[in-house]
Amino acid sequence: MAEKIIYAVYEDPEQLKSAARKLITAGVKVKDVFSPFPIHGLDPIIGLKRTRLGIASFMFGITGTALASLGTWYFMIYDWPMNIGGKPNWTWYHNVPAFIPVMFEFTVFCAAHGMAITYLIRNRTLPGMPARNPDPRTTDDKFIIELRTEENHGHTAEAMTEMLRNTAVYEINERQC
Amino acid sequence: MNFTFSKRARTLSMMLMVLGLVLAVVGFFGLKNDPHMAESAGQNFWAALFINGFFFFGITLGALFFYALQFATESSWSVLVRRVYEAVFSYLPIGAAVIVICLLAGQFGLHHVWSWMDHRVYDPNDAEHYDKIVAGKWAYLNPLFFWARVIAFMGTFAFAANWYRKQSLKLDTLTGAELVKEHLLTYRRSALFLVLFAVFSSVLAWDWLMSIDVHWFSTLYGWYVFAGMWCAAMITSVVLVLYLKSKGYLPQVNNSHIHDMGKWVFATSFLWTYLYFSQFMLYWYANIPEEVIYFQQRVDHHPVLMWGMFFVNFVVPMVLLMSRDAKRNPRFLIGVGTVIIVSHWLDTCQLVLPGALGEHFHHIGALEIGLFLFFLGLFVMTVLNSLTKAPLSVVNSPYLEESVHHSI
Repeated sequence: MAEKIIYAVYEDPEQLKSAARKLITAGVKVKDVFSPFPIHGLDPIIGLKRTRLGIASFMFGITGTALASLGTWYFMIYDWPMNIGGKPNWTWYHNVPAFIPVMFEFTVFCAAHGMAITYLIRNRTLPGMPARNPDPRTTDDKFIIELRTEENHGHTAEAMTEMLRNTAVYEINERQC
Repeated sequence: MNFTFSKRARTLSMMLMVLGLVLAVVGFFGLKNDPHMAESAGQNFWAALFINGFFFFGITLGALFFYALQFATESSWSVLVRRVYEAVFSYLPIGAAVIVICLLAGQFGLHHVWSWMDHRVYDPNDAEHYDKIVAGKWAYLNPLFFWARVIAFMGTFAFAANWYRKQSLKLDTLTGAELVKEHLLTYRRSALFLVLFAVFSSVLAWDWLMSIDVHWFSTLYGWYVFAGMWCAAMITSVVLVLYLKSKGYLPQVNNSHIHDMGKWVFATSFLWTYLYFSQFMLYWYANIPEEVIYFQQRVDHHPVLMWGMFFVNFVVPMVLLMSRDAKRNPRFLIGVGTVIIVSHWLDTCQLVLPGALGEHFHHIGALEIGLFLFFLGLFVMTVLNSLTKAPLSVVNSPYLEESVHHSI
């Protein structure tokens, strides 16, 4: 039998949440949810793992701090000691207050850009990449739950569709894998 | 559900007050009997009284500001814990009274924490006391204008605190359209209060703290002091909420509320650091004698106090409160919060003491710590007492339901 994908379309995130809760309770695995904005409290319901983006961001941040420290030391102290306002220019640590702003900015720069780029790559949403959401309406005002029969061998497609009909669903679409 | 002030908590805060008082008396007579310190013991007492008066007043002011901010920004998450902020700013009149007593004592010549209060510095014929620079600030520092400002600030804050409390109790009795109407009134008044607060918080820091080092000035100073107050208020409120939760109160306050309050501690610590460092770095870089004198007093003579409190107020929250789990762990949050709030008290000490005592300031002693414990006891007593007076969570608010379901 060919595997199927079922898309259940909802008009309201709260309706989607309660529907997802019902499905999970009945033992159905939800593959994914598509939404125009983040839905608070959805992740624990459909069993998503916590994002590791924060850790990545921290790593990018300390990389930035380290690079800026190295850069200020090399440019301003080692390669060509700069005499600015008579400030100490033979040691990095005596002059460090002057370097704090650039270290701070470069930390933020690396953390922000690194995090944004990681996010885009991980979600495969870099500019020009083909869209992966099943229905363009999920970028506007519709919310979609995606179920796959290949992950739900305990339930037939018909049974799952029936379960969805008992929720506040707006429309149900099916597609062959 | 109403809070009952347990006998144990009452005894503990009483004991803190007694212990603090004993320690302060011991510290004071210790200074009196030290031949090098005897002369400045009186001055030291007033400075210590002012430090602790201002520190706890600052906490209440931070809470009052944050409370107004919640209304002005129409925040929903904080509705459940609103009463805690009300309890914190119920201490405001006591804190204000301590500050006014210190200022009055200065005005009547009992001490010279504010050297410019001595009218002789403005008299060109008095060669011994005349100070040309301070005399040039007469238009701002003259007693009439100064006391008009004190009355305006204290009056506004006391009025706002009182009005907010009354309004909050009134909202509890209303429903439907009446509730929304009164809620929107509070919203509009809060916006107005924030405008006044923005000016007053800066100016009061110049008036009461910066003017201790009367020859020195910094435009950023007011924000820096305000950031310290705000951070201390955020720590106080989260510790208070966690205490109440550990006693089984506030059952509807969930992890997300605690997480948000933890975030405020983290964020305001960074705000404080940012402002502190901005002030320091510009003066350090420009290196103009009349500007660096303030930092010279502190960095040269009290490097441990100066860098120690900076380190604790910056590095401790950054490293320990960065992760999500840390902000959701009550014990951890209380531990880190206690360390930071003590460090903010040290910050207030270093704002006041080097200027107030000059070369007579050697280290923070039993007098300062004793008065701190005394006022801490008084503060805890007042706040917990205020918590017993009304339901711990507001009964009615247009945002109550949203706050109950807060989830991040």
